Amino acid sequence: MKFSEAWLREWVSPDMDSAALAEQLTMAGLEVDGIEPAAAEFSGVVVAEVLSVEAHPDADKLRVCQVAAGSDAPLQIVCGAPNVRAGMKAPLATVGGRIGDMKIKKAKLRGVPSHGMLCSARELGLSDEHQGLLELPEDAPVGTDLREYLALDDVCIEVDLTPNRGDCLGMEGIAREVGTLSGTDVTVPDFTAVAAAIDAQFPVDVQAPEACPRYLGRVIRGIDPAAKTPLWMQEKLRRGGIRSLGPVVDVTNYVLLELGQPMHAFDLARLAGGVVVRYAQPGETLTLLDEREIELDAQTLLICDRDKALALAGVMGGIDSGISDTTDSLFLEVAFFTPEKIAGCARRYSLSTDSSYRFERGVDPGLQQRAMERATALLLELVGGEAGPIIEAVAESHLPVKAPILLRRARIERLLGFVPADEQVEDILTRLGLALEGTEEGWLVTPPSFRFDLEIEADLIEEVGRVFGYNKLPTANNHGDLTMRPVPEAATPLGRLQTLLVGRGYQEAITYSFVDAGLLQDIEPDSTPVPLTNPISSEMSMMRTTLWAGLLGAVKHNQARQQGRIRLFESGLKFVSQDNEIKQINVISGVVTGELYPEQWGIGKQQGADFFDVKNDVEALLAAGGHNAEFQASTHPALHPGQTAAILLDGARVGWLGCIHPALAQKHEIPRKTCLFELDMQALLKGRVPSFEKLSRFPSIRRDLAIVVDVETPAGALCDIIRQSAGPMLKDVLVFDVYQGKGIESGRKSVALGLILQDSSRTLTDDDVDPVITEITAQLEQQFTATLRE
Amino acid sequence: MEALAALEQEATQAVAKAADLKALDEVRVHYLGKKGVLTGQLKQLGKLPPEQRREAGQAINVIKQQVNEAIEARRQALQAAALEQQLAAEKIDVTLPGRGQHNGGLHPVTRTLQRINQLFSGMGFEVAEGPEIEDDYHNFEALNIPAHHPARAMHDTFYIDAHHVLRTHTSPVQIRVMENREPPFRIIAPGRVYRCDSDLTHTPMFHQVEGLLVDENVSFADLKGMLDEFLKHFFEREDLGVRFRPSYFPFTEPSAEVDIECVICSGEGCRVCSHSGWLEVLGCGMVHPNVFKHVGVDNERYTGLAFGMGVERLTMLKYGVNDLRLFFENDLQFLQQFR
Repeated sequence: MKFSEAWLREWVSPDMDSAALAEQLTMAGLEVDGIEPAAAEFSGVVVAEVLSVEAHPDADKLRVCQVAAGSDAPLQIVCGAPNVRAGMKAPLATVGGRIGDMKIKKAKLRGVPSHGMLCSARELGLSDEHQGLLELPEDAPVGTDLREYLALDDVCIEVDLTPNRGDCLGMEGIAREVGTLSGTDVTVPDFTAVAAAIDAQFPVDVQAPEACPRYLGRVIRGIDPAAKTPLWMQEKLRRGGIRSLGPVVDVTNYVLLELGQPMHAFDLARLAGGVVVRYAQPGETLTLLDEREIELDAQTLLICDRDKALALAGVMGGIDSGISDTTDSLFLEVAFFTPEKIAGCARRYSLSTDSSYRFERGVDPGLQQRAMERATALLLELVGGEAGPIIEAVAESHLPVKAPILLRRARIERLLGFVPADEQVEDILTRLGLALEGTEEGWLVTPPSFRFDLEIEADLIEEVGRVFGYNKLPTANNHGDLTMRPVPEAATPLGRLQTLLVGRGYQEAITYSFVDAGLLQDIEPDSTPVPLTNPISSEMSMMRTTLWAGLLGAVKHNQARQQGRIRLFESGLKFVSQDNEIKQINVISGVVTGELYPEQWGIGKQQGADFFDVKNDVEALLAAGGHNAEFQASTHPALHPGQTAAILLDGARVGWLGCIHPALAQKHEIPRKTCLFELDMQALLKGRVPSFEKLSRFPSIRRDLAIVVDVETPAGALCDIIRQSAGPMLKDVLVFDVYQGKGIESGRKSVALGLILQDSSRTLTDDDVDPVITEITAQLEQQFTATLRE
Repeated sequence: MEALAALEQEATQAVAKAADLKALDEVRVHYLGKKGVLTGQLKQLGKLPPEQRREAGQAINVIKQQVNEAIEARRQALQAAALEQQLAAEKIDVTLPGRGQHNGGLHPVTRTLQRINQLFSGMGFEVAEGPEIEDDYHNFEALNIPAHHPARAMHDTFYIDAHHVLRTHTSPVQIRVMENREPPFRIIAPGRVYRCDSDLTHTPMFHQVEGLLVDENVSFADLKGMLDEFLKHFFEREDLGVRFRPSYFPFTEPSAEVDIECVICSGEGCRVCSHSGWLEVLGCGMVHPNVFKHVGVDNERYTGLAFGMGVERLTMLKYGVNDLRLFFENDLQFLQQFR
């Protein structure tokens, strides 16, 4: 809502400047978004009359004018405006005057002296119009300062209203608010009813009374189609952000700004039979004022005549029945539409108009009669004509009813932590237009019809607090009773995992949850991702089924910026559609490309981080939760078929680790040597609490085994067998070398294993250990045709 | 006797000439070894007449001791020199950088989230989470935003289907907590939220932290006190100006927006605060009775305060980041600034 301060001050004029006024509104919940001057800064601009216009001797587009500006002799002005003509009145910036930073001086234009400058509206900051000089009314007094004549020492205040304050979408509502806040009385302009001069009526048939409980119509005949909107009205509209479109439409807009009541004027000659308010029928179409033809759905409320749709009720008129230059008879509409019934209608047709904006938020259902009288009076004044009687169709049972609300003193105190004195509560509510009746506990309060937002006690308490001033209300530091909350130790906090990866050189990323459908398809062709029905772009149209999509995008982004070493992780939800249900799974994922360490001295030549470097990080994550997971050779469409591990915990897959599939890397221009992992967070966060084991006071002994097995034999399987067959003496198994090549027959590999054995009750001897080693080698031989390396 | 004196001089010179420990040892063997010169002198004592033996023996022993001391002194000097030499040889350039992995860092949004969590944990709040694909009921309906409510238009919702949306705020977590448990409640709900809007100052995804405190005696005064305290601690500025402005949210009544004195210009007025000196950082209010009705909390017995804040906004103000879109580009040049 944008309005002229001067206009507001016609209603209520508290003793404070614009800034203080704006501050007061803002701090009462009517946030002032901006204060702009009503015109550019200028001085020395006066109303002038063009007396004569002659061609410029040396320039086709310039004219030499004699202009009367109130001084003794006419001034010679050179002017390039196409609309300059003898007899017109226009603003003249006189010598010595100033427009913004430009000082007006005597000048010669193509050799002809000019003593000032005739101005367009744009030059004076009045509008964007620059097609020619600003044409002033014929009766504008020559020589008068333009700022004075147009009352330009004014500001436009723009208030960003919350959706509950539809009542402030008009001058009257703003004035009421300002009056309440500043304790200043509000002067309501005198709206005199216009008695019917003619008998002309036009039938109104409301077929949807639940959506349109009140509809007022009035015929006005014999208006002057050539009439002009007076400058004062044009200026108020302009300062309210509305363009002047001719006197009839201007009057309806003026009433909209003044009272907050949208209305519509039809060209009576274009209406057939009578007005019908009904819902649209299948297949019906309507061409709107903006010349767009829309196909209507059955939930759309229409204003129609006997034959056809005329307007989208409460949203926009149709082009065929609108006012034109030749209109001489009007049918004026002022209605109340039920907010819930027409809400969403404008949006369905991608429209938002001053009218729909107000009706959706609620227009005072008691306002229509007054608005009709106001508009009629203004129209008769501006365009003449004779008015018929007001035709009213009302369904009282569908009009909103304001029931009294009990406001308890104790409840105010409970909610605000403070209760103002009774007189203050009463003063606040009364000024806001609420009716009060004292009760023992407090008051019985009946809100006025224009306050759609006041329905329950809490609403009234907010009004009391708001007008009293939130910042004047007390502040407390009572945070309630302290209670100790459980801290389950087995639940590894996400922060720990994040810190762990950060310590391992990873940078945390946050990527969008919606990703490119194509990329996702390439990564996980078999998954069923969840699409957005209204994505912002095709690159952000699919909910991620893996965090790899976003992370690979981040790799590309950084690669394009000369970053060769990239280590990123992210945690968050992925979205998987399973059996008609969307699973939202919390995961932690990472991507690594480039060297393991940042380039540095003294570590030799790096080969680029590989599977095992990243596996170490994954193992660290698992270990943080006390897990010892199993890594099983597997395949994943995004990963290299020979370098992929499924990560299993208690037999269930909880994640993936692998190098990127070369085909995927090539297609998306990602480095071939890129490793990826993704782990189910649920599994990670359910960790184990450590449990103490007695320390052995006896030394451990180590036995090394070098065995030769088939190249395909997984080292993990060898270790498993060793653990199974070794018995309780075995404390640890480590793989310290894997070798293939000279000395080992082809198709075989040598694996060097270190076995740590220890007993808690005695020092182990060869006699203890030898049988264990014999059993282990026997098992290895049996299961994997392993041979001891000579 | 002269011969002994000469021998002593000779031995002392030999000790002094020994260039290293090996040479010194050779000197020792030569004079003091079993077959050494001085040992030989002692063996010769028998040939002397008995009355001279004692004196001569003492003289030889004195010289032997002197030579021994000279050798010991020389040994220590040589050892010290050797150590000195070794240490000099082992000297390193301590200004060379340390070896190994460098630290990564947390995303600045995570930093802020952790900071918020920490501050509210101290006040006894626990963290609650909820789904990001949310149903219409939890995202709107239960929060007192029925279909066609004008507030829905302000949310620019992403739709999954007719009944599911990407949550437009973290407020639905309030509902999920309240409908499953009994009051009192004291939770914060951090997380991603989504709005169908993308320009210089909007990203289609961002983060919020929702807070909820429901108990038998919670008032707007407590809400003011708590948020005032939070903001001062978050920005680590005890004198930070904080003001509460009436506003509107369908799920709170009364509702307020919270402004802080601009942390960039200290309230003087700058581009960041649109020359107002104030920055809006929070929305809050007292839980609307209709919300309590939806989740079955007795509105007469309990009152509640709720608040919601934009994490990116707080992060930008805290670290002076001037472009929202940087948060989701994941440019290492940006991320590495938050190590």
